[in-house]
Amino acid sequence: MSGEGIFAGREAGSASGGKERLLAEDDRGHLAANVAHFGRLLRRAGMPVGPGAVLDAVRAVEAIDVRRKEEFYWALHSVFVRKRDEHELFDEAFKGFWKDPFAMNQALAILLPRSKAPKRKPQARRRVLEAFKRPPTSEEENAKPRDELQVDMALTASKTEKLQTKDFEQMTAEELERAKQAIAKMKLAQLAIPTRRFRASDRGRRIDPRRTLREAMRHGGDDIPLAFRERTTRPPPLVVLCDISGSMGRYSRMLLHFMHALTNDRDRVHSFLFGTRFTNITRNLQHRDIDEALESCGHDVTDWAGGTRIATALKVFNQRWSRRVLGQGAVVLLITDGLDRDDVSELEKEMERLQKSCRRLVWLNPLLRYDEFEPLAGGVKAMLPYADEFRAVHDLRSLAQLAEALGPGWERKARRLGRRTE
Amino acid sequence: MTEAGVEAKAQGVPGSVDATVELLRSGGYVCDTSLATSVYLALKLCRPLFLEGDAGVGKTEIAKVLAATLGRKLIRLQCYEGLDVGSAVYEWSYARQMLALRLLEAAGTRDKDALEADVFSEKYLVKRPLLEALETPPEGAPVLLIDELDRTDEPFEAFLLELLSDFQVSVPELGVYRAKEPPIVIITSNRTREVHDALKRRCFYHWVDYPNAERELEILEVKVPAAAAGLSQQVVDLVQQLRARDLFKVPGIAETIDWTEALMALDRIELDPQSFTSTLGVVLKYQDDIKAISEAEAKAMIEASRKAS
Repeated sequence: MSGEGIFAGREAGSASGGKERLLAEDDRGHLAANVAHFGRLLRRAGMPVGPGAVLDAVRAVEAIDVRRKEEFYWALHSVFVRKRDEHELFDEAFKGFWKDPFAMNQALAILLPRSKAPKRKPQARRRVLEAFKRPPTSEEENAKPRDELQVDMALTASKTEKLQTKDFEQMTAEELERAKQAIAKMKLAQLAIPTRRFRASDRGRRIDPRRTLREAMRHGGDDIPLAFRERTTRPPPLVVLCDISGSMGRYSRMLLHFMHALTNDRDRVHSFLFGTRFTNITRNLQHRDIDEALESCGHDVTDWAGGTRIATALKVFNQRWSRRVLGQGAVVLLITDGLDRDDVSELEKEMERLQKSCRRLVWLNPLLRYDEFEPLAGGVKAMLPYADEFRAVHDLRSLAQLAEALGPGWERKARRLGRRTE
Repeated sequence: MTEAGVEAKAQGVPGSVDATVELLRSGGYVCDTSLATSVYLALKLCRPLFLEGDAGVGKTEIAKVLAATLGRKLIRLQCYEGLDVGSAVYEWSYARQMLALRLLEAAGTRDKDALEADVFSEKYLVKRPLLEALETPPEGAPVLLIDELDRTDEPFEAFLLELLSDFQVSVPELGVYRAKEPPIVIITSNRTREVHDALKRRCFYHWVDYPNAERELEILEVKVPAAAAGLSQQVVDLVQQLRARDLFKVPGIAETIDWTEALMALDRIELDPQSFTSTLGVVLKYQDDIKAISEAEAKAMIEASRKAS
């Protein structure tokens, strides 16, 4: 591969002035090699470029006039770039590479941190380490009750019972550990939204004309037995917005486990965290392994346990994300204590917009655990009228109830609840 | 310039990027090299073109203009959630089939194969856009516009993936329909949902952005030639200013054109703060956005555009 790159080929092509064929066979080889090289560079910079895309790119640049840089640029662009966000990366890589493909290897070092999956060596995972641990001797067992817990997973009924209603804030380290395991096993009952599609079903109430006709053909007789079909259903997308400010304390950590369980249990779940900033962690939570998922969240989210600006966060969501994730009638879970320092009128406006653009807005508030909780704080008062449902999330039981509440028959239940909170 | 392989052999398809720019311009569509390159590649290499961008930047228009300038038929499939084979590809006309079956039986036809061949024949088949697009009329393959793909769901996307790779559809009772000449496919998306990568991989991708002031003025001159030059200039300038603001939905090109036409209908040859605020509803489609532009701000914006020109 020569360092002269494509523009060597360009000059050769224009010098020979061959109109029929823009490039000599040899130059075409050069070009293909360089495009492949460029493709590899993009891949290393974090863009999903496969061998198929490289072949397509070669075909594309052969179809255009490579002597014109602009056409060349956009031909490669239309093959390699598949998202708007990738444009900038492509642009920088293109400029660097076609100037000097070799200096680019160094430049790559600067580009790399922006890539989506930086090659971090995955930390040796806690659970794997534990798996290699030798079983504790009886003395150690007495000294370290924590290890015993890991071995004895089957809890007694009374222990489980207690754990169910204990506030996350008051749990000891071992109880938290067990609570996390319980959360990981939680399954959300699925709310069934009817779609426009049908499937054959004998219990269905609509006639399936196609099947009926085929049956009739088979019999060829005088009677036509009716076949039926029914609507298929599908759960709506779920969007989770979770507050991670200081006042949410331990709850947000526990809820992160819950969000991970949700993400791995059903499709179309989008998760966001907000404190002073707003971060999309949908991708991070898609790691099957909870430790890996949390680690990557910790890496991307920088505003743990700081202040909250709920109105600002909701505004960012409404402007930048709502049209992308609420499109298909999503249910929104908003997890926050409503203690906000932002302007209240602003908060009201954003809550209204949020409620109007989703199927149902469920507000989960850990402060609701106190029986005497009254919506006095300005933020809470401003938000309450726009929540379709207001629930507590402070212990395992409330989480389990939530999981249930999102299931079938939920709209009806929610309406009943809604009356009570009004 | 026809080479071997999967390249367009049909007539009328432009031979270079410049010719593509010209072709689109002849249909009243002003575009720059970036978009023209993608369109040209899609036409030349017979691949679908995937256009993504905000509402009102002229994605759908490209398909319409291509069909008009190339003299092809335009077939449009508007997507929605739950779009199924029955409304996208084909459907049997059951009522007529039932009737035919009864008639045949009454006439004493007992041969099952003959019955089936008659009842499931093409005359009872209702063709929907995707099947229709596989037919090649004498003037050449049609332009197939798959509009707002992001509105539909993953199962339909998967079906489309299959169709777009082989350009064939199988109707179990009749056999396989295969396109003699693949249709020119334009897919648009408003990005209300991320479309699967596998589908994008089959296509040439282009993000259609808002035009710069110069390009927008050019578009306005083509689309509303009767507008006074001063008015067009002013409208473009103000729209560009609005796009720089923090709005829920910034105006697209469609809004620029609508606004100019609205002002002309009101017999304005120049914008003043009063007519600006009273016609703002043509440009901004959200009440919050309209409220965000106060009378004083309108004045300042007009002032700024005067100074600039």
